[in-house]
Amino acid sequence: MATTEPDILDIEAIRADFPILEREFGDQQLVYLDNAATTQTPDQVIDTIADYYREMNANVHRGLHQLSQEASIAYEEAHDRVAEFIGAGGREEVIFTKNTTESMNTVAYAWGLNELGPGDEVVLTEMEHHASLVTWQQIAKRTGAEVKYIRIDEDGRLDMDHARELITDDTEMVSVVHVSNVLGTINPVEELADIAHDHDSYIFVDGAQAVPNRPVDVEAIDADFYAFSGHKMCGPTGIGVLYGKQHILEEMEPYLYGGDMITKVTFEDATWNELPWKYEAGTPIIAGGIALAEAADYLDDIGMENVERHENELAQYALDRFAEFDDIEVFGPPAGEHRGGLVSFNVEGVHAHDLSEILNDYAVAVRAGDHCTQPLHDKLGVAATARASFYIYNTKSEIDTLVEALDDARQLFA
Amino acid sequence: MGIGGSDMYRQQILDHYKNPRNYGEIEEPTFTHVGENPMCGDTIEMDVVLDDDESTIEGVAFRGDGCAISQAAASMLSEELQGMETDVLEEMDRDDIIDMLGVDISPMRVKCAVLAEKVAQDGLEIYLGEKDLDMTTTEEDD
Repeated sequence: MATTEPDILDIEAIRADFPILEREFGDQQLVYLDNAATTQTPDQVIDTIADYYREMNANVHRGLHQLSQEASIAYEEAHDRVAEFIGAGGREEVIFTKNTTESMNTVAYAWGLNELGPGDEVVLTEMEHHASLVTWQQIAKRTGAEVKYIRIDEDGRLDMDHARELITDDTEMVSVVHVSNVLGTINPVEELADIAHDHDSYIFVDGAQAVPNRPVDVEAIDADFYAFSGHKMCGPTGIGVLYGKQHILEEMEPYLYGGDMITKVTFEDATWNELPWKYEAGTPIIAGGIALAEAADYLDDIGMENVERHENELAQYALDRFAEFDDIEVFGPPAGEHRGGLVSFNVEGVHAHDLSEILNDYAVAVRAGDHCTQPLHDKLGVAATARASFYIYNTKSEIDTLVEALDDARQLFA
Repeated sequence: MGIGGSDMYRQQILDHYKNPRNYGEIEEPTFTHVGENPMCGDTIEMDVVLDDDESTIEGVAFRGDGCAISQAAASMLSEELQGMETDVLEEMDRDDIIDMLGVDISPMRVKCAVLAEKVAQDGLEIYLGEKDLDMTTTEEDD
């Protein structure tokens, strides 16, 4: 059952950083396999948040007092750190938002609502998360633009011929998910960026499932916009990132108006603050931003290449274990093909929600449902799937526990 | 042993899920109504026959697809409804369904449990002209 191959990461040491992993339910130790929904938080990040409130808490960019200065510097430097983490040019290109969804909406409202009109097209993929799909769908309805979807093939890969067909000179925005949160597919975003740029279209990459799990370089991708969330990469909830190329962010209108995003205000008009603050209206989540920078430090210490290898190895192991059973259907690229660290699956005769409830008896946490991708599930022909998603602290023996629990569900419903 | 879920799958629920009662169609029902729970993808379609003065349920059949909770609840409700006064059906609420199931339902699954009840109630109210609705939908929050 268990493999003899050594882990790439020092899992014991990593697990010791995550106090929540010691939780037990009944006499079962938590097996947390819902990392694509949110990852757990290491002590280093928890301490950063606690230390901020214990020692540094003040509003940023307003006070001349010492605390405010310290908080402002730490918050601003967090932008620098995140810029470095994703290969952005600097803090000017890194906007802190609430999450990937808000990052998406920032561009949809600030750019889409102003720039799109009848005859314009927005190209998405069939595997888009609702964050992108619903947002562009609504912006299209309001502007008269049209949304088109790049097909996926039977193994959940993008049909790139179809992509080349759909992306034309009418395309104004290509909005694609970097790594699918259901299929685990890693999309060729560099190639899609080239195609988009050949037609003078922008490309927005949803990196919610990519930045936590692999090295990402937004400049190498040549993304015009790139978004991700802190809570899927060891950071807290409530902090997300919108990367945008500086010249685009300079031209674009702000999305939220208010304090901090202005330079000069009169009763008649206002001018906007410099980047990135132009897009950060109101008091931001200061501790969250600083904690996100700490999460980037934490992951860089492990090494994002190592994270990527570990994730893929666990996903491949899960696929191998699932393949032992005829009644388990898996979705996405087949075993052997590099993928993100998640596997969506169904056990024949057991609804995914029932499955998830039974796995809960084993303290195994998986997600079940449509994972915010209803149109994709329609395409797959299933109402719901169960999804096991892995992170740096997961082990193959935890996947063995999952497989044993699945067997119990199978017996119960047989 | 479990920490929540196991109780939900007590023998009775699994039995009704695997061997649903009154599964199928009734020819010439008084009314037919359909509903879905988008979160789980559960669907229930129910045929109901009322007596001549439309005060008592004489027959129920259902078809459906979905999770064990939704389908077992429909099966158990189909038994419960036989011979029931229509005003009793109209008064039923989620607590009655949870009592009927005899298990604790986790908050996320209440919509699954009450789908059949809502379909029966909406179907009756539409038939009586008290409601105008094509399909019952338990609201979505996934």
